[in-house]
Amino acid sequence: MITGTPKPIEEILEMIEPYDDIIVAGCHGCVTVCRVGGEKEVQVLASTLRLAREASGRKIEIKEVSLERQCDPEYVETMRPYVEDHQAVLSIACGAGIQFLAEKFTATPLLPGINTGFLGVTERQGEWAERCQGCGDCVLHLTGGICPVTRCAKSLFHGPCGGSVRGICEVDKEVKCGWQLIIDRLVALDQMENYGKLKPYKGWNSARDGGPRRIIREDMI
Amino acid sequence: MKVESNLKRVLDAGHFSVTAECGPPRGADPDVVRKKAAYVKDNVDACNVTDNQTSVVRMSSLAGCLLIKELGIDPLIQMVVRDRNRIALQSDLLGASALGVRNLLCLSGDHQKFGDDPQAKNVFDIDSMQLIHLAKTMRDEGVFPSGDKLQGAPDFYIGCAVNPFADPFEIRVPRLKLKMEAGADFVQTQCIYNMEKFKTYMEGAKQQGLHEKIKILAGVTPLKSAGMAKFMRRMVAGMDIPDEVVNRIADEPKEKQAAKGIEMCIEQIQELKEMEGIAGIHVMAIEWEEKLNEIIGGAGLLPRPVID
Repeated sequence: MITGTPKPIEEILEMIEPYDDIIVAGCHGCVTVCRVGGEKEVQVLASTLRLAREASGRKIEIKEVSLERQCDPEYVETMRPYVEDHQAVLSIACGAGIQFLAEKFTATPLLPGINTGFLGVTERQGEWAERCQGCGDCVLHLTGGICPVTRCAKSLFHGPCGGSVRGICEVDKEVKCGWQLIIDRLVALDQMENYGKLKPYKGWNSARDGGPRRIIREDMI
Repeated sequence: MKVESNLKRVLDAGHFSVTAECGPPRGADPDVVRKKAAYVKDNVDACNVTDNQTSVVRMSSLAGCLLIKELGIDPLIQMVVRDRNRIALQSDLLGASALGVRNLLCLSGDHQKFGDDPQAKNVFDIDSMQLIHLAKTMRDEGVFPSGDKLQGAPDFYIGCAVNPFADPFEIRVPRLKLKMEAGADFVQTQCIYNMEKFKTYMEGAKQQGLHEKIKILAGVTPLKSAGMAKFMRRMVAGMDIPDEVVNRIADEPKEKQAAKGIEMCIEQIQELKEMEGIAGIHVMAIEWEEKLNEIIGGAGLLPRPVID
Protein backbone atom coordinates (compact mmCIF):
# COMPACT_ATOMS: atom_id res chain seq x y z
CA MET A 1 0.00 0.00 0.00
CA ILE A 2 0.95 3.67 -0.16
CA THR A 3 1.77 4.84 3.34
CA GLY A 4 1.86 8.26 4.92
CA THR A 5 2.10 10.22 8.12
CA PRO A 6 -0.09 13.10 9.32
CA LYS A 7 1.29 16.58 8.93
CA PRO A 8 1.81 18.45 12.22
CA ILE A 9 -1.42 20.16 13.23
CA GLU A 10 0.38 23.55 13.43
CA GLU A 11 1.38 23.22 9.78
CA ILE A 12 -2.20 22.41 8.79
CA LEU A 13 -3.58 25.31 10.82
CA GLU A 14 -1.19 27.64 9.03
CA MET A 15 -2.31 26.28 5.65
CA ILE A 16 -6.00 26.80 6.41
CA GLU A 17 -5.47 30.19 8.01
CA PRO A 18 -6.97 32.16 5.06
CA TYR A 19 -10.16 30.07 5.00
CA ASP A 20 -13.40 29.91 6.99
CA ASP A 21 -15.12 27.09 5.11
CA ILE A 22 -13.28 24.01 3.87
CA ILE A 23 -13.75 20.36 2.99
CA VAL A 24 -11.65 17.70 4.71
CA ALA A 25 -11.48 14.80 2.28
CA GLY A 26 -10.40 11.27 3.15
CA CYS A 27 -9.95 8.17 1.06
CA HIS A 28 -11.02 4.58 1.66
CA GLY A 29 -7.93 3.15 -0.08
CA CYS A 30 -4.37 2.72 1.20
CA VAL A 31 -4.50 5.61 3.65
CA THR A 32 -7.43 4.00 5.44
CA VAL A 33 -5.43 0.79 5.87
CA CYS A 34 -2.44 2.64 7.26
CA ARG A 35 -4.76 4.75 9.43
CA VAL A 36 -3.77 8.17 8.23
CA GLY A 37 -6.49 9.29 5.84
CA GLY A 38 -9.67 7.27 6.24
CA GLU A 39 -13.15 8.22 7.40
CA LYS A 40 -12.17 8.07 11.07
CA GLU A 41 -9.12 10.27 10.56
CA VAL A 42 -11.30 12.78 8.69
CA GLN A 43 -13.58 13.05 11.72
CA VAL A 44 -10.72 13.41 14.17
CA LEU A 45 -8.84 15.98 12.06
CA ALA A 46 -11.99 18.04 11.38
CA SER A 47 -12.89 18.11 15.10
CA THR A 48 -9.35 19.10 16.06
CA LEU A 49 -9.30 21.92 13.52
CA ARG A 50 -12.72 23.21 14.59
CA LEU A 51 -11.68 23.28 18.22
CA ALA A 52 -8.39 24.98 17.49
CA ARG A 53 -10.01 27.63 15.36
CA GLU A 54 -12.75 28.19 17.90
CA ALA A 55 -10.11 28.65 20.59
CA SER A 56 -8.38 31.24 18.41
CA GLY A 57 -11.64 33.15 18.10
CA ARG A 58 -12.24 32.52 14.40
CA LYS A 59 -14.61 29.64 13.76
CA ILE A 60 -14.31 27.47 10.66
CA GLU A 61 -16.96 25.48 8.80
CA ILE A 62 -15.76 22.04 7.80
CA LYS A 63 -17.53 19.55 5.56
CA GLU A 64 -16.32 16.00 6.09
CA VAL A 65 -16.19 13.60 3.14
CA SER A 66 -14.53 10.30 2.39
CA LEU A 67 -14.23 9.02 -1.15
CA GLU A 68 -13.93 5.38 -2.09
CA ARG A 69 -10.68 6.33 -3.88
CA GLN A 70 -9.29 9.80 -4.59
CA CYS A 71 -7.21 8.36 -7.45
CA ASP A 72 -10.21 7.28 -9.51
CA PRO A 73 -12.29 9.75 -11.59
CA GLU A 74 -15.52 7.85 -10.93
CA TYR A 75 -15.34 8.66 -7.20
CA VAL A 76 -13.67 12.05 -7.51
CA GLU A 77 -16.54 13.31 -9.65
CA THR A 78 -18.99 12.73 -6.79
CA MET A 79 -17.47 15.84 -5.13
CA ARG A 80 -18.06 18.12 -8.10
CA PRO A 81 -21.59 19.29 -7.17
CA TYR A 82 -20.44 20.92 -3.93
CA VAL A 83 -16.67 21.57 -4.17
CA GLU A 84 -17.07 25.18 -5.23
CA ASP A 85 -19.37 25.92 -2.30
CA HIS A 86 -16.24 25.79 -0.12
CA GLN A 87 -13.03 27.82 -0.13
CA ALA A 88 -10.51 24.97 -0.10
CA VAL A 89 -10.12 21.19 0.14
CA LEU A 90 -7.79 19.68 2.71
CA SER A 91 -7.10 16.15 1.48
CA ILE A 92 -5.62 13.43 3.64
CA ALA A 93 -5.21 10.96 0.78
CA CYS A 94 -1.81 10.18 -0.72
CA GLY A 95 -0.03 12.63 -3.02
CA ALA A 96 -1.63 11.01 -6.04
CA GLY A 97 -5.13 11.50 -4.64
CA ILE A 98 -4.49 15.09 -3.61
CA GLN A 99 -3.14 15.95 -7.05
CA PHE A 100 -6.01 14.23 -8.80
CA LEU A 101 -8.49 16.38 -6.89
CA ALA A 102 -6.42 19.45 -7.75
CA GLU A 103 -6.47 18.73 -11.45
CA LYS A 104 -10.18 17.91 -11.49
CA PHE A 105 -11.29 20.92 -9.43
CA THR A 106 -9.20 23.70 -10.89
CA ALA A 107 -11.00 26.59 -9.18
CA THR A 108 -10.44 25.32 -5.64
CA PRO A 109 -7.14 25.31 -3.71
CA LEU A 110 -6.05 21.83 -2.59
CA LEU A 111 -4.08 21.43 0.63
CA PRO A 112 -2.12 18.34 1.71
CA GLY A 113 -3.00 17.08 5.18
CA ILE A 114 -0.50 14.21 5.21
CA ASN A 115 3.05 13.56 4.10
CA THR A 116 2.98 10.69 1.65
CA GLY A 117 5.54 8.02 2.49
CA PHE A 118 6.33 4.91 0.51
CA LEU A 119 5.06 1.68 -1.03
CA GLY A 120 5.20 -0.65 1.91
CA VAL A 121 3.73 -3.34 4.08
CA THR A 122 2.31 -3.61 7.59
CA GLU A 123 5.04 -5.40 9.50
CA ARG A 124 2.94 -5.36 12.66
CA GLN A 125 0.13 -3.29 14.11
CA GLY A 126 1.27 0.32 13.88
CA GLU A 127 4.47 -0.33 11.97
CA TRP A 128 4.94 -0.03 8.23
CA ALA A 129 8.07 -0.57 6.17
CA GLU A 130 9.13 0.18 2.63
CA ARG A 131 9.33 -2.62 0.09
CA CYS A 132 9.11 -1.16 -3.41
CA GLN A 133 10.25 1.94 -5.26
CA GLY A 134 8.24 1.23 -8.38
CA CYS A 135 11.38 1.51 -10.50
CA GLY A 136 9.79 -0.30 -13.38
CA ASP A 137 12.12 -3.23 -14.09
CA CYS A 138 11.73 -5.89 -11.44
CA VAL A 139 14.62 -8.26 -10.62
CA LEU A 140 13.11 -9.96 -7.58
CA HIS A 141 13.46 -13.39 -9.23
CA LEU A 142 17.26 -12.95 -9.09
CA THR A 143 17.46 -11.59 -5.57
CA GLY A 144 15.47 -14.03 -3.53
CA GLY A 145 12.33 -11.91 -3.59
CA ILE A 146 14.06 -9.05 -1.74
CA CYS A 147 14.55 -5.77 -3.58
CA PRO A 148 18.12 -4.38 -3.67
CA VAL A 149 16.93 -1.00 -4.94
CA THR A 150 14.66 -0.53 -1.92
CA ARG A 151 16.23 -2.58 0.85
CA CYS A 152 19.85 -1.51 0.33
CA ALA A 153 20.52 2.08 1.47
CA LYS A 154 22.80 2.49 -1.55
CA SER A 155 20.56 0.54 -3.96
CA LEU A 156 23.56 -1.61 -4.83
CA PHE A 157 23.13 -4.36 -7.39
CA HIS A 158 26.17 -6.21 -6.07
CA GLY A 159 26.03 -5.80 -2.32
CA PRO A 160 26.58 -5.85 0.50
CA CYS A 161 29.03 -3.00 0.96
CA GLY A 162 31.63 -2.97 3.70
CA GLY A 163 29.16 -1.38 6.09
CA SER A 164 27.14 -4.52 6.70
CA VAL A 165 27.72 -5.81 10.23
CA ARG A 166 25.87 -8.76 11.74
CA GLY A 167 22.98 -8.22 9.36
CA ILE A 168 22.59 -4.54 10.18
CA CYS A 169 23.04 -1.64 7.78
CA GLU A 170 25.58 1.04 8.71
CA VAL A 171 22.98 3.73 8.09
CA ASP A 172 20.76 2.83 11.05
CA LYS A 173 20.96 0.12 13.67
CA GLU A 174 17.24 -0.47 13.25
CA VAL A 175 17.67 -1.21 9.52
CA LYS A 176 18.50 -4.70 8.33
CA CYS A 177 21.13 -5.01 5.61
CA GLY A 178 19.14 -5.73 2.47
CA TRP A 179 21.99 -7.71 0.96
CA GLN A 180 22.38 -9.89 4.03
CA LEU A 181 18.66 -10.68 3.65
CA ILE A 182 19.13 -11.41 -0.05
CA ILE A 183 22.08 -13.70 0.54
CA ASP A 184 20.38 -15.56 3.39
CA ARG A 185 17.42 -16.17 1.14
CA LEU A 186 19.52 -17.19 -1.88
CA VAL A 187 21.38 -19.68 0.32
CA ALA A 188 18.07 -21.05 1.65
CA LEU A 189 16.75 -21.41 -1.90
CA ASP A 190 20.04 -22.87 -3.17
CA GLN A 191 20.28 -20.03 -5.71
CA MET A 192 23.66 -18.53 -4.84
CA GLU A 193 24.68 -18.83 -8.50
CA ASN A 194 22.61 -15.68 -8.98
CA TYR A 195 25.01 -13.79 -6.72
CA GLY A 196 28.16 -14.48 -8.71
CA LYS A 197 27.08 -12.77 -11.91
CA LEU A 198 27.74 -9.20 -12.99
CA LYS A 199 24.38 -7.56 -13.52
CA PRO A 200 23.81 -5.07 -16.33
CA TYR A 201 23.63 -1.38 -15.39
CA LYS A 202 20.11 -0.64 -14.34
CA GLY A 203 17.98 1.33 -16.75
CA TRP A 204 16.65 4.07 -14.51
CA ASN A 205 14.66 5.40 -17.45
CA SER A 206 11.93 2.98 -16.38
CA ALA A 207 11.94 4.68 -12.96
CA ARG A 208 11.09 8.27 -12.11
CA ASP A 209 14.33 9.42 -13.75
CA GLY A 210 12.75 8.95 -17.16
CA GLY A 211 10.15 11.61 -16.35
CA PRO A 212 6.56 11.14 -15.16
CA ARG A 213 5.42 7.68 -16.15
CA ARG A 214 2.25 6.45 -17.82
CA ILE A 215 0.82 3.00 -18.45
CA ILE A 216 -1.46 2.56 -21.46
CA ARG A 217 -3.39 -0.67 -21.82
CA GLU A 218 -4.76 -0.68 -25.35
CA ASP A 219 -6.92 -3.70 -24.54
CA MET A 220 -8.77 -1.69 -21.93
CA ILE A 221 -9.28 1.55 -23.80
CA MET B 1 47.56 -0.61 -24.49
CA LYS B 2 50.08 1.83 -23.10
CA VAL B 3 49.83 2.12 -19.33
CA GLU B 4 52.25 4.37 -17.52
CA SER B 5 51.12 3.55 -14.02
CA ASN B 6 54.17 3.34 -11.80
CA LEU B 7 52.24 1.09 -9.44
CA LYS B 8 51.55 -1.37 -12.26
CA ARG B 9 55.16 -1.35 -13.40
CA VAL B 10 56.43 -2.02 -9.87
CA LEU B 11 53.99 -4.89 -9.40
CA ASP B 12 54.63 -6.33 -12.87
CA ALA B 13 58.36 -6.32 -12.15
CA GLY B 14 57.61 -8.55 -9.17
CA HIS B 15 58.28 -6.06 -6.40
CA PHE B 16 56.30 -5.86 -3.18
CA SER B 17 54.47 -2.58 -3.70
CA VAL B 18 53.64 0.22 -1.30
CA THR B 19 50.77 2.67 -1.58
CA ALA B 20 49.54 5.28 0.86
CA GLU B 21 46.78 7.82 0.89
CA CYS B 22 46.34 11.56 1.13
CA GLY B 23 43.05 12.97 2.31
CA PRO B 24 42.48 16.34 0.61
CA PRO B 25 41.70 19.33 2.83
CA ARG B 26 38.37 20.80 3.83
CA GLY B 27 39.17 23.87 1.81
CA ALA B 28 40.88 25.17 -1.27
CA ASP B 29 44.39 25.49 0.15
CA PRO B 30 46.70 23.46 -2.11
CA ASP B 31 49.57 23.68 0.37
CA VAL B 32 47.79 21.25 2.69
CA VAL B 33 48.03 18.62 -0.04
CA ARG B 34 51.61 19.57 -0.90
CA LYS B 35 52.64 19.26 2.72
CA LYS B 36 51.16 15.79 3.03
CA ALA B 37 52.61 14.82 -0.34
CA ALA B 38 56.09 15.74 0.83
CA TYR B 39 55.78 13.05 3.52
CA VAL B 40 54.50 10.54 0.97
CA LYS B 41 57.01 11.17 -1.80
CA ASP B 42 59.74 8.54 -2.25
CA ASN B 43 58.01 6.25 0.26
CA VAL B 44 55.37 4.84 -2.09
CA ASP B 45 54.80 3.60 -5.62
CA ALA B 46 51.47 5.41 -5.87
CA CYS B 47 49.33 7.50 -3.57
CA ASN B 48 45.54 7.38 -3.27
CA VAL B 49 43.68 10.65 -3.09
CA THR B 50 40.37 10.09 -1.36
CA ASP B 51 37.01 11.16 -2.76
CA ASN B 52 34.98 12.95 -0.07
CA GLN B 53 35.55 10.12 2.38
CA THR B 54 32.89 9.60 5.05
CA SER B 55 30.77 11.95 2.91
CA VAL B 56 32.54 14.97 4.37
CA VAL B 57 33.08 17.57 1.65
CA ARG B 58 36.71 18.05 0.69
CA MET B 59 38.78 19.21 -2.25
CA SER B 60 38.09 16.91 -5.20
CA SER B 61 40.16 13.80 -5.69
CA LEU B 62 41.14 14.81 -9.21
CA ALA B 63 42.48 18.18 -8.04
CA GLY B 64 44.40 16.44 -5.26
CA CYS B 65 45.81 13.95 -7.76
CA LEU B 66 47.17 16.74 -9.95
CA LEU B 67 48.73 18.49 -6.96
CA ILE B 68 50.63 15.37 -5.90
CA LYS B 69 51.50 14.52 -9.49
CA GLU B 70 53.21 17.90 -9.80
CA LEU B 71 55.46 16.77 -6.96
CA GLY B 72 56.40 13.57 -8.77
CA ILE B 73 54.09 11.10 -7.05
CA ASP B 74 52.10 8.59 -9.13
CA PRO B 75 48.51 9.55 -8.24
CA LEU B 76 45.70 7.08 -7.66
CA ILE B 77 42.29 8.63 -8.04
CA GLN B 78 39.51 7.32 -5.83
CA MET B 79 36.09 7.53 -7.39
CA VAL B 80 32.85 6.89 -5.54
CA VAL B 81 29.50 6.27 -7.20
CA ARG B 82 27.60 8.01 -4.41
CA ASP B 83 27.75 11.50 -5.89
CA ARG B 84 27.91 11.06 -9.65
CA ASN B 85 25.77 9.32 -12.22
CA ARG B 86 27.25 7.37 -15.10
CA ILE B 87 27.47 10.49 -17.27
CA ALA B 88 29.63 12.32 -14.72
CA LEU B 89 31.68 9.20 -13.96
CA GLN B 90 32.55 8.63 -17.60
CA SER B 91 33.38 12.28 -18.05
CA ASP B 92 35.64 12.31 -14.98
CA LEU B 93 37.38 9.13 -16.10
CA LEU B 94 38.19 10.79 -19.43
CA GLY B 95 39.34 13.96 -17.70
CA ALA B 96 41.53 12.17 -15.16
CA SER B 97 43.18 10.09 -17.86
CA ALA B 98 43.74 13.13 -20.06
CA LEU B 99 45.52 14.82 -17.17
CA GLY B 100 47.82 11.85 -16.67
CA VAL B 101 46.22 10.03 -13.74
CA ARG B 102 46.89 6.36 -14.38
CA ASN B 103 45.55 4.59 -11.30
CA LEU B 104 41.90 4.32 -10.37
CA LEU B 105 40.08 2.97 -7.33
CA CYS B 106 36.39 2.22 -7.82
CA LEU B 107 34.29 2.57 -4.66
CA SER B 108 30.66 2.83 -3.70
CA GLY B 109 31.35 5.53 -1.08
CA ASP B 110 30.19 5.96 2.49
CA HIS B 111 26.52 6.79 2.83
CA GLN B 112 25.88 10.54 2.93
CA LYS B 113 24.32 10.08 6.35
CA PHE B 114 27.81 10.13 7.86
CA GLY B 115 28.86 13.44 6.40
CA ASP B 116 28.04 17.07 6.91
CA ASP B 117 25.26 17.03 4.32
CA PRO B 118 23.05 14.15 5.46
CA GLN B 119 20.13 15.69 3.56
CA ALA B 120 21.92 15.32 0.22
CA LYS B 121 20.41 13.20 -2.51
CA ASN B 122 22.49 10.14 -3.22
CA VAL B 123 23.06 8.87 -6.73
CA PHE B 124 24.19 5.23 -6.89
CA ASP B 125 23.23 5.11 -10.57
CA ILE B 126 25.69 2.25 -11.03
CA ASP B 127 27.54 0.47 -8.23
CA SER B 128 31.28 0.08 -7.69
CA MET B 129 31.28 -3.31 -9.41
CA GLN B 130 29.77 -1.74 -12.49
CA LEU B 131 32.18 1.22 -12.33
CA ILE B 132 35.05 -1.27 -12.61
CA HIS B 133 33.34 -2.77 -15.65
CA LEU B 134 32.71 0.69 -17.08
CA ALA B 135 36.37 1.72 -16.76
CA LYS B 136 37.57 -1.55 -18.25
CA THR B 137 35.16 -1.30 -21.17
CA MET B 138 36.33 2.21 -21.97
CA ARG B 139 40.00 1.31 -21.57
CA ASP B 140 40.09 -2.02 -23.39
CA GLU B 141 37.41 -1.63 -26.01
CA GLY B 142 37.76 2.09 -26.63
CA VAL B 143 34.04 2.58 -26.49
CA PHE B 144 31.49 4.14 -24.20
CA PRO B 145 29.04 1.70 -22.58
CA SER B 146 26.55 3.07 -25.10
CA GLY B 147 28.75 1.56 -27.84
CA ASP B 148 29.98 4.85 -29.29
CA LYS B 149 33.66 5.01 -30.09
CA LEU B 150 35.92 7.11 -27.86
CA GLN B 151 38.26 9.75 -29.20
CA GLY B 152 41.11 8.26 -27.24
CA ALA B 153 40.53 5.58 -24.63
CA PRO B 154 41.25 6.38 -20.97
CA ASP B 155 44.24 4.55 -19.60
CA PHE B 156 43.93 3.23 -16.05
CA TYR B 157 45.34 0.57 -13.81
CA ILE B 158 41.98 -0.38 -12.32
CA GLY B 159 41.57 -1.05 -8.65
CA CYS B 160 38.85 -1.95 -6.22
CA ALA B 161 38.52 -2.17 -2.46
CA VAL B 162 37.35 -5.05 -0.31
CA ASN B 163 36.53 -5.38 3.35
CA PRO B 164 37.45 -8.96 4.32
CA PHE B 165 35.88 -8.40 7.73
CA ALA B 166 32.38 -7.25 6.85
CA ASP B 167 29.42 -9.59 7.00
CA PRO B 168 28.42 -12.01 5.64
CA PHE B 169 31.95 -13.44 5.67
CA GLU B 170 31.13 -16.29 3.26
CA ILE B 171 30.52 -13.95 0.34
CA ARG B 172 33.70 -11.92 0.83
CA VAL B 173 35.84 -14.12 -1.43
CA PRO B 174 33.11 -14.54 -4.11
CA ARG B 175 32.80 -10.76 -4.04
CA LEU B 176 36.52 -10.32 -4.70
CA LYS B 177 36.20 -12.79 -7.57
CA LEU B 178 33.31 -10.81 -8.98
CA LYS B 179 35.34 -7.59 -8.85
CA MET B 180 38.28 -9.32 -10.51
CA GLU B 181 36.02 -10.64 -13.26
CA ALA B 182 34.45 -7.20 -13.69
CA GLY B 183 37.92 -5.93 -14.55
CA ALA B 184 39.87 -5.00 -11.43
CA ASP B 185 43.65 -5.33 -11.80
CA PHE B 186 44.39 -4.74 -8.14
CA VAL B 187 42.59 -4.57 -4.82
CA GLN B 188 43.31 -2.59 -1.66
CA THR B 189 41.81 -4.07 1.48
CA GLN B 190 40.18 -2.38 4.44
CA CYS B 191 42.56 -1.92 7.41
CA ILE B 192 43.57 -5.29 8.74
CA TYR B 193 43.92 -5.85 12.48
CA ASN B 194 42.45 -9.33 12.78
CA MET B 195 45.26 -11.26 11.10
CA GLU B 196 43.71 -14.67 11.80
CA LYS B 197 40.50 -13.76 10.02
CA PHE B 198 42.49 -12.21 7.17
CA LYS B 199 44.49 -15.42 6.77
CA THR B 200 41.24 -17.37 6.48
CA TYR B 201 40.10 -14.91 3.84
CA MET B 202 43.37 -15.26 1.93
CA GLU B 203 43.13 -19.06 2.06
CA GLY B 204 39.73 -18.78 0.41
CA ALA B 205 41.10 -16.40 -2.22
CA LYS B 206 44.07 -18.64 -2.94
CA GLN B 207 41.89 -21.73 -3.28
CA GLN B 208 40.27 -19.99 -6.22
CA GLY B 209 43.59 -18.77 -7.57
CA LEU B 210 42.49 -15.15 -7.20
CA HIS B 211 45.90 -14.00 -5.93
CA GLU B 212 47.33 -14.90 -9.33
CA LYS B 213 44.74 -12.90 -11.23
CA ILE B 214 44.48 -9.76 -9.14
CA LYS B 215 47.19 -7.96 -7.17
CA ILE B 216 46.19 -7.96 -3.52
CA LEU B 217 47.46 -4.97 -1.52
CA ALA B 218 46.86 -5.46 2.19
CA GLY B 219 45.59 -2.39 4.02
CA VAL B 220 47.09 -1.27 7.33
CA THR B 221 46.50 1.73 9.56
CA PRO B 222 48.90 2.52 12.40
CA LEU B 223 47.11 3.12 15.69
CA LYS B 224 48.00 6.38 17.42
CA SER B 225 46.55 5.36 20.76
CA ALA B 226 44.33 2.85 22.54
CA GLY B 227 41.61 5.48 22.38
CA MET B 228 41.80 5.55 18.58
CA ALA B 229 41.55 1.75 18.44
CA LYS B 230 38.48 1.76 20.65
CA PHE B 231 36.91 4.62 18.72
CA MET B 232 37.45 2.93 15.36
CA ARG B 233 36.11 -0.34 16.64
CA ARG B 234 32.99 1.32 17.95
CA MET B 235 32.30 3.84 15.20
CA VAL B 236 33.51 2.37 11.90
CA ALA B 237 31.21 -0.28 10.48
CA GLY B 238 33.06 -3.43 9.50
CA MET B 239 36.21 -2.52 11.46
CA ASP B 240 37.45 -5.66 13.22
CA ILE B 241 40.04 -4.89 15.93
CA PRO B 242 40.58 -7.87 18.24
CA ASP B 243 40.95 -7.37 21.99
CA GLU B 244 44.58 -8.48 22.00
CA VAL B 245 45.47 -5.68 19.56
CA VAL B 246 43.67 -3.07 21.68
CA ASN B 247 45.17 -4.47 24.88
CA ARG B 248 48.69 -4.49 23.50
CA ILE B 249 48.60 -0.74 22.89
CA ALA B 250 46.46 0.00 25.96
CA ASP B 251 49.06 -1.66 28.18
CA GLU B 252 51.57 1.05 27.26
CA PRO B 253 51.64 4.36 29.13
CA LYS B 254 49.87 7.06 27.13
CA GLU B 255 53.04 8.81 25.94
CA LYS B 256 54.41 5.57 24.50
CA GLN B 257 51.25 4.39 22.77
CA ALA B 258 52.00 6.12 19.44
CA ALA B 259 55.44 4.52 19.22
CA LYS B 260 53.86 1.16 20.07
CA GLY B 261 51.29 1.68 17.32
CA ILE B 262 54.05 2.21 14.80
CA GLU B 263 55.98 -0.79 16.04
CA MET B 264 52.85 -2.95 15.74
CA CYS B 265 52.19 -1.64 12.22
CA ILE B 266 55.75 -2.45 11.12
CA GLU B 267 55.48 -5.96 12.55
CA GLN B 268 52.22 -6.45 10.75
CA ILE B 269 53.66 -5.30 7.41
CA GLN B 270 56.55 -7.69 7.82
CA GLU B 271 54.14 -10.54 8.48
CA LEU B 272 51.97 -9.59 5.51
CA LYS B 273 55.03 -9.38 3.29
CA GLU B 274 55.74 -13.05 3.96
CA MET B 275 52.18 -14.17 3.24
CA GLU B 276 51.65 -15.93 -0.07
CA GLY B 277 49.41 -13.96 -2.39
CA ILE B 278 50.03 -10.53 -0.91
CA ALA B 279 51.50 -8.29 -3.61
CA GLY B 280 51.93 -5.16 -1.55
CA ILE B 281 50.65 -3.00 1.26
CA HIS B 282 48.43 0.02 1.41
CA VAL B 283 49.31 2.21 4.40
CA MET B 284 46.48 4.43 5.51
CA ALA B 285 48.22 6.66 8.05
CA ILE B 286 45.18 8.80 8.72
CA GLU B 287 46.32 12.40 9.40
CA TRP B 288 49.67 10.90 10.32
CA GLU B 289 51.45 11.03 6.96
CA GLU B 290 54.64 12.26 8.63
CA LYS B 291 55.14 8.75 10.01
CA LEU B 292 55.07 7.02 6.63
CA ASN B 293 58.83 7.10 6.17
CA GLU B 294 59.39 5.59 9.61
CA ILE B 295 56.81 2.85 9.05
CA ILE B 296 57.73 1.91 5.50
CA GLY B 297 61.44 2.24 6.14
CA GLY B 298 61.07 0.30 9.39
CA ALA B 299 59.43 -2.52 7.47
CA GLY B 300 62.47 -2.68 5.17
CA LEU B 301 60.62 -1.47 2.10
CA LEU B 302 62.81 1.53 1.23
CA PRO B 303 64.07 2.73 -1.11
CA ARG B 304 61.23 2.17 -3.53
CA PRO B 305 62.23 0.54 -6.80
CA VAL B 306 62.62 2.79 -9.84
CA ILE B 307 61.42 1.10 -13.02
CA ASP B 308 62.49 2.61 -16.31
